[in-house]
Amino acid sequence: MSVDLEPAMPARGPSGPAVIELQEVGRTFPGPPAVDAFKPSNLTINQGEYVSIIGPSGSGKSTLLHLLGLLDRPTTGTYLLDGIDTGSLGDNARAGMRGSRIGFVFQSFHLLHHRSVLENVELAQVYNRMPRKERRQRAVNALERVGLSHRLSFTPRTLSGGERQRVAVARALVTEPSLLLADEPTGNLDTEMSGEIMEVFDGLHSAGMTLAVITHDLDVSHRAERQVSIVDGTLHES
Amino acid sequence: MTTLTPQVRDRSVVQSPKMGFRDLLDEMVSGLLGRPGRLVLTALGTVLGITALVSTLGLAKTAGNQIVSRFDELAETRIVVSPSENGFGGNDSTSSIPWNAETRLARLNGVVAAGTKSDVDVSGALSRSVPVVDPLGINEHQISVIATSGGLLDAVRGSIRTGRYFDNGHSDRADPVVVLGPAAAQRLNIFRLDTQPAIFIGEQSFTVLGIIDDVAREPDLLNAIVMPDGTAREFFALSAPAEVHIDANVGATALLANESMTVSESGAAANMVQIALTPDDPESLRTQASQGYTAVRQDVEGDVNALFVVLGAVSLLVGGLGIANVTLVSVLERTPEIGLRRALGAARRHIAAQFLLESTVTGLLGGIIGASMGVLTIVAVSASRDWTPVLEGYLPFAAVGLGAVIGLIAGTYPALRAAQTEPITALRSS
Repeated sequence: MSVDLEPAMPARGPSGPAVIELQEVGRTFPGPPAVDAFKPSNLTINQGEYVSIIGPSGSGKSTLLHLLGLLDRPTTGTYLLDGIDTGSLGDNARAGMRGSRIGFVFQSFHLLHHRSVLENVELAQVYNRMPRKERRQRAVNALERVGLSHRLSFTPRTLSGGERQRVAVARALVTEPSLLLADEPTGNLDTEMSGEIMEVFDGLHSAGMTLAVITHDLDVSHRAERQVSIVDGTLHES
Repeated sequence: MTTLTPQVRDRSVVQSPKMGFRDLLDEMVSGLLGRPGRLVLTALGTVLGITALVSTLGLAKTAGNQIVSRFDELAETRIVVSPSENGFGGNDSTSSIPWNAETRLARLNGVVAAGTKSDVDVSGALSRSVPVVDPLGINEHQISVIATSGGLLDAVRGSIRTGRYFDNGHSDRADPVVVLGPAAAQRLNIFRLDTQPAIFIGEQSFTVLGIIDDVAREPDLLNAIVMPDGTAREFFALSAPAEVHIDANVGATALLANESMTVSESGAAANMVQIALTPDDPESLRTQASQGYTAVRQDVEGDVNALFVVLGAVSLLVGGLGIANVTLVSVLERTPEIGLRRALGAARRHIAAQFLLESTVTGLLGGIIGASMGVLTIVAVSASRDWTPVLEGYLPFAAVGLGAVIGLIAGTYPALRAAQTEPITALRSS
């Protein structure tokens, strides 16, 4: 079964080129019993769009996130990122795509505890051989954008949850990716801190960043200009 | 908020991830120093193994050297020549040692003293110090008689208590003179020479020239009646000297008695002593010299090494397993980090390289600390024993290298394991 969202797409958002195009992409986990975690669907996200993908747990959100983030390969269909067919790419090229085109924000931050805030952000540029001086400067800029320029030499342990997540956002931004992919970014945060993060996302959106936020939180979802819901592995535009 | 400056790059080109070596080093250093306690524990096994290896090898060498320097210098300078089964004289019962062996050998460099020595067959004749034959035989003794050349006393490093040793003049003239070993003198009740005592062997009387005090070699002289070669030939039909004893300079024994040094005219391998004594038939003589310093040192080292190297190797194996184990645990524990790095664009090889480098450097650090502690142990033990510490110069460096190699080998499996970790699994496990 497939859900065709195509008719709704072209009218949406700023009319930039498509960053993400899922064409009949599906993911089945071989059993036994085989599970259709994500049923063949179409989804297009254009440059500059702020999309939330909402769904209860077990709905296939994570599977979609892994597919979008090139962390997993679809079993059917074609996934174009920046117009590049990712299905034809090898392991290395996919790693390169992740490193340069996708910025990840995780629920549990995934910061290295024994490294400074600045080093954590710089880490995102280690694997694309950014010159060191430029790397540092970009990391400082990115931290400035999330309002943490006063915390550069702190270690993540000494920061609040909201600050930690902002470090993670800075790390996702620093490579200037095509897509910022957030997985339950407020899942470990209280309301106030969630607000901080959502404001950061709003700011990024108005600066032209393409965002896809996967969440089960309606408040978070409503901040996005476009909501897509996922239920039982099926996408619905709302 | 500032506006985004779009990154200048061609969006249609797929770039492979790249990592500079300096970045790899940075990540390795941070990975290790981020968990200093773990680093210490991981390295500990290698530290102990390398310490054990270096200190045992060093102490073996030191002890070997020590034992050798205490090694009896006496045995080191001794050469004994006796007739061999080989040579033309093969089964001939007569020895081919010439009577003038002493003179012949004195010409050789490295010879300090030389002398012949032969047991004299007196056909069971008893010895006594009184002229009267006592029918009860109370004063008669069965004492062995030995014939020597004049230089033998020096060759066996003997000394005279009283009187003098005979010389080659006595021998040439076949004078009826003897020198007594101290035990023989006691049995014959002769303690002073001012009475010009004489002894009888059978019916023949001999003037006692002197009494031996002690000898460093050939203790059978102490309980014997010793007479010149010429005298023994004259009175007891001694056919040829049985042995030649040589006292050589330290280090000269190999030169004198090692067969590879010289080749005789006949082409057979022969040593200088053999050629000097029997140039026409060197193989008729057998020379015996103690092993050289080097040989003994190597023997001692060999014995000690064989034992302790096994010990060191076992501790190294344990150390290596320790690194492998802890690195594997570390990989499992750092699974989320691996996932993050993969999400940030790290290729599998970057992950493998980082963990491999971390374990190699852990081994290297263990090697450095272990080699240092090993050297310190050697010095400490040597100091406490008043020994001179001796160590092969390359050993500490080889030990450090060995530590690194162990780290590398131990880290291989965990590193491959880390590289195989799928980013999803890794991120999920947080």
